[in-house]
Amino acid sequence: MVDFGFGLVPSSRINLDLFDKEKYDELLSIEPDARICMACGSCTAVCTAGKFVHTSLREAMEDIFNAKPDKALETLRACQLCGKCSMVCPRGINTRHLIMSITKVYSKK
Amino acid sequence: MIYEGKQKIWSDYQKDIPDDHYFYVRSCIRQSFFPASEATFLDITRNRLGKDIFETEHHTTCGGIAYHSDTIPQETVMTIIARQFALMAKNGYENYVCSCITSFGLYCETMETWREFPELEAKIRENLWKSCKLEFVKPKFLIHASDLIYKYRNQIAAQAVRKLVNVHTGEPLKVVEHIGCHYSKMFPSKGVGGAEYPYVLVGMIEAWGGEIVDYPERRHCCGFGFRQYFIKGNRGYSLSNTHKKFESMEPFKPDLIITNCPGCPYFLDRWQYVIAESTGKTYGQDGHGIPALTYEEVAGLVMGYDPWDLGLQTHQVGVEPLLDKMGVEYDPAKKYLGKGGKDLGMPFPCSCLK
Amino acid sequence: MKNNILIIGGGPAGLEASAQLQRMGYNVILIEKSPKLGGHLAKWDRLFPDSVPADEVLGGLLRGTEGVKCFTDTDVRAINRLDKSYNVRLTNGITVLSDAVLVASGFDLFDAVKKEEYGYGIYDQVMTNADLEAYFKTGSDRRIENPGKIGFAHCVGSRDEKAGCRSCSKVCCATAVKQAIEMKQAFPKAEVYCFYMDLRLFGRHYEDIYLKAQKEYGVRFIRGRVAEVSENYDGTLLVKAEDTVAGKPLKVTLDLLVLMAGMRPSAAGKVIGDLLEMPAEEDGYFAVRSGIAAGQRSPIPGIFLAGAATGPKTLPETLADARAAAMEVDRYLTEIFPDAKNYKQLVKERW
Repeated sequence: MVDFGFGLVPSSRINLDLFDKEKYDELLSIEPDARICMACGSCTAVCTAGKFVHTSLREAMEDIFNAKPDKALETLRACQLCGKCSMVCPRGINTRHLIMSITKVYSKK
Repeated sequence: MIYEGKQKIWSDYQKDIPDDHYFYVRSCIRQSFFPASEATFLDITRNRLGKDIFETEHHTTCGGIAYHSDTIPQETVMTIIARQFALMAKNGYENYVCSCITSFGLYCETMETWREFPELEAKIRENLWKSCKLEFVKPKFLIHASDLIYKYRNQIAAQAVRKLVNVHTGEPLKVVEHIGCHYSKMFPSKGVGGAEYPYVLVGMIEAWGGEIVDYPERRHCCGFGFRQYFIKGNRGYSLSNTHKKFESMEPFKPDLIITNCPGCPYFLDRWQYVIAESTGKTYGQDGHGIPALTYEEVAGLVMGYDPWDLGLQTHQVGVEPLLDKMGVEYDPAKKYLGKGGKDLGMPFPCSCLK
Repeated sequence: MKNNILIIGGGPAGLEASAQLQRMGYNVILIEKSPKLGGHLAKWDRLFPDSVPADEVLGGLLRGTEGVKCFTDTDVRAINRLDKSYNVRLTNGITVLSDAVLVASGFDLFDAVKKEEYGYGIYDQVMTNADLEAYFKTGSDRRIENPGKIGFAHCVGSRDEKAGCRSCSKVCCATAVKQAIEMKQAFPKAEVYCFYMDLRLFGRHYEDIYLKAQKEYGVRFIRGRVAEVSENYDGTLLVKAEDTVAGKPLKVTLDLLVLMAGMRPSAAGKVIGDLLEMPAEEDGYFAVRSGIAAGQRSPIPGIFLAGAATGPKTLPETLADARAAAMEVDRYLTEIFPDAKNYKQLVKERW
């Protein structure tokens, strides 16, 4: 192989064809409310940890939908599980429970 | 794919292409990339079809490469263009045909800018007079050289000695058409067939017996992208764009790519080598690449020109599998002989790309 | 003496207005240029938000028009303004002397072919919302054969200045959510995606169907306009959009893409407008005397408007608009029209 000093650049595009339906169904079985997030961002706005480190439930949900579960886990790593987000979710999602469920399901390889 | 739907769109984007009497301007880079393409264009139009195509050694670059690299003021570019137009008028022509797609795009952009801002046109007029003591007349018809070959496609077909057909199977060759971005993406109405489903090259392929491959990334840039290529730190993007196109066209198993831009055939050709040598992946049959040819080269092949006179040995991807499919006779020993039998030397062999 | 009222357009607005005016005792003449009454409603299967059968609603509207003189396959040939009334020559040879004219010319569905990058009429697996309703009605469409992945592209011919359609068509978001649910009902295993810029679900029950689509049917809503569509080797579609919430370009392979074609001003309505010299606004829909206080009165005395002729409306809005127009016609014919002596003055004050 020749090294030209440059090469193919990995794509940052979301590929929905890679979405793992089975894993997501597993999440839904314990967390049916995972479906109803409408990406309003209230959870992220009030997040205690998120003001200092990168963490966002809204973003993690998006990552799961967009076939990037590892990114979701990374995003949720800094969560303190204080539950403040559950106070503001307009759809009444038990966000704290949701975070636990995501971690539980997607940490299994 | 519903062919009639495309025909409807094609009928919406037709443009006036005069039959004869053109002032011809060359491209800066095509003469070194594909040295025989412009000569073939002139030979076909002048000697085979009897058209009046005039060119002068006094014309220069259009300034397009500098313009797209942000290294030249727009007024300077416009004055260069105004000078070309002045040369056209001075030699008694009113139809302007250019070899380069970026030039074509830049001419269209300049004419549109002058239409919107007549005061700028007046200023350029003044610039040209001050710098060159020349006055310019805007072309009555501004077209790209591929428009003209499109116009003559059936006349060329009538003189063809072979078709874009696999002589062994009798099947039409599968041909990918790739249009330069600056041909019609900026001004869809100025391109034959528009920007979404351009017809200019499709018309040639159809007239010469080939079958079109419509693959998902047909609209994507060849990968040149000017500054993406010029700066080595960005060159990976250039390569990746080309890679994306090849990955997309691969399932269709194309025999040939036909292009109408200076940069596109170059990058679609050379990057196949880089992809092969750096990743091991090839896109043609049995470790070969997919030949990426200019429309003049393809016209030359169907009209019976010798492939080495067409300069096909200057392509990185070997054209022999295509020549064999088309039934073109060629002398392998003469591949690297230049004019008058001069030995041009063999290129260094590739390890992955046959 | 019973006044003659000509109603142009036999869609929901024209039908509802003619029923109301007939009930009030007027002599109503309804003309429809196509062979069938009902307009777009006649081609629709079920209606948002509650999936009521369109036939049921249309049946009710048609029953209300008993006694109305309906002429289908009939258009206006010429219109002359007399002192107060209109002399209207119809294409069926009849001439009507009408004291008031109500234009209910409706809308045209955006011609999705114009969005070349979506490939409607070129790619085999692209269809429109109207095609999908026709499929629901007839149960057959060559494009639909147990699709595994289905996309809905919102805003096709809406909020698109380049396509000449600046405004929102108002009904497509709710239609997309309804159709997404219906496709999930028909094909429970399918993955369904809606590509939207904003979800404009403003009406009663609309938020409910949005929630239902997410919660019960697992429809995935992606914020981002479909940017381009291509056809893959196997005939499936490659669809590209940006997920603007994630801030990343996105691609997905689909078996079927449904384009939510929006509302455009009716071309046939424009011909009527030209005959009446009735002004339209920049968006192509007819101008009204006042968008807030007199939305059913045209700027020309004696000419009334109802329904989507004055801009995109939902079906209940159209029906309410038609009833309001009927009231306005009645007010005009009782308060202004009969007073021959003061007609001009009254028009000046009250039109």
